[in-house]
Amino acid sequence: MNLSYTRLSSIYVLDQDEALDFYVGKLGLEVATDADLGFMRWLTVRVPGDQREILLERPGPPAHDPATADDVRALVSKGAGGGWLAFQVDDVDAAHDELVAQGVEITQPPSDMSYGRDFGARDPFGNNLRIGNVPAAS
Amino acid sequence: MGEARERTNRDMLRVRDAVDRDFSEELDLETLAALAHVSPDHLVRTFRSVFGETPHRYLQRRRIERAMFLLRTTDLPVTDVCLQVGYTSLGAFSELFAGIVGQSPSTYRAVAKPTPAHTSFVMAWTRPSTHTHPSISRKRPPVADD
Repeated sequence: MNLSYTRLSSIYVLDQDEALDFYVGKLGLEVATDADLGFMRWLTVRVPGDQREILLERPGPPAHDPATADDVRALVSKGAGGGWLAFQVDDVDAAHDELVAQGVEITQPPSDMSYGRDFGARDPFGNNLRIGNVPAAS
Repeated sequence: MGEARERTNRDMLRVRDAVDRDFSEELDLETLAALAHVSPDHLVRTFRSVFGETPHRYLQRRRIERAMFLLRTTDLPVTDVCLQVGYTSLGAFSELFAGIVGQSPSTYRAVAKPTPAHTSFVMAWTRPSTHTHPSISRKRPPVADD
């Protein structure tokens, strides 16, 4: 078996409309699918033109019982939700300045690291983001 | 109840992010508490309730984690590492480092290896445990929150 790429990944968000405002309105992703399935809102975004999609999943019934959903939401809001996204950009500092201007919370300013240059940010819910220029692993 | 808990967690995460980001500055409780719109006493209680340790303890571990990073990846003298992570006394820094890591800074440098992982993972997974060594609790706090 040869898996070709990661087609879909998922992070928990606490409010899907607010997530759209952040990931599309501020980060510049595009909506891939926004469908009311009845039992859930299937909401995916992606880097424009990319095949890889990110499911913005809201914890809650029926996937979670109410108590579990509360626990998941609490974990996300203290940065322990397990969601973590890394995006590649050409100009790290320009991306940083653009997000600062939009009021995005920066957790670490642009820094040169052993793997490349990047900075840290959070989405409105507590998920950790890294945005950088990191050479592809050989 | 749920939304209030989420707001509290998010406020405390904002404080923890500030410690992560500004660890080398002279952080005081009033500044951190203002980020969460609470009093210093309330911040200490709530932060400990959310993350299991006081802001001061978290700051100590963050500084030592960063010192470990600098020792692993640079040739900076230990004195410079001490200053860069926010301590002004080399003796106090070395004692704290040894108390938490179990090795002196120079011994740690001699045996440590660089890591290629992303910053936030390295930060989280190389940060010494708050329970690593009991002597950490005897150190003079740079943030007087205990």
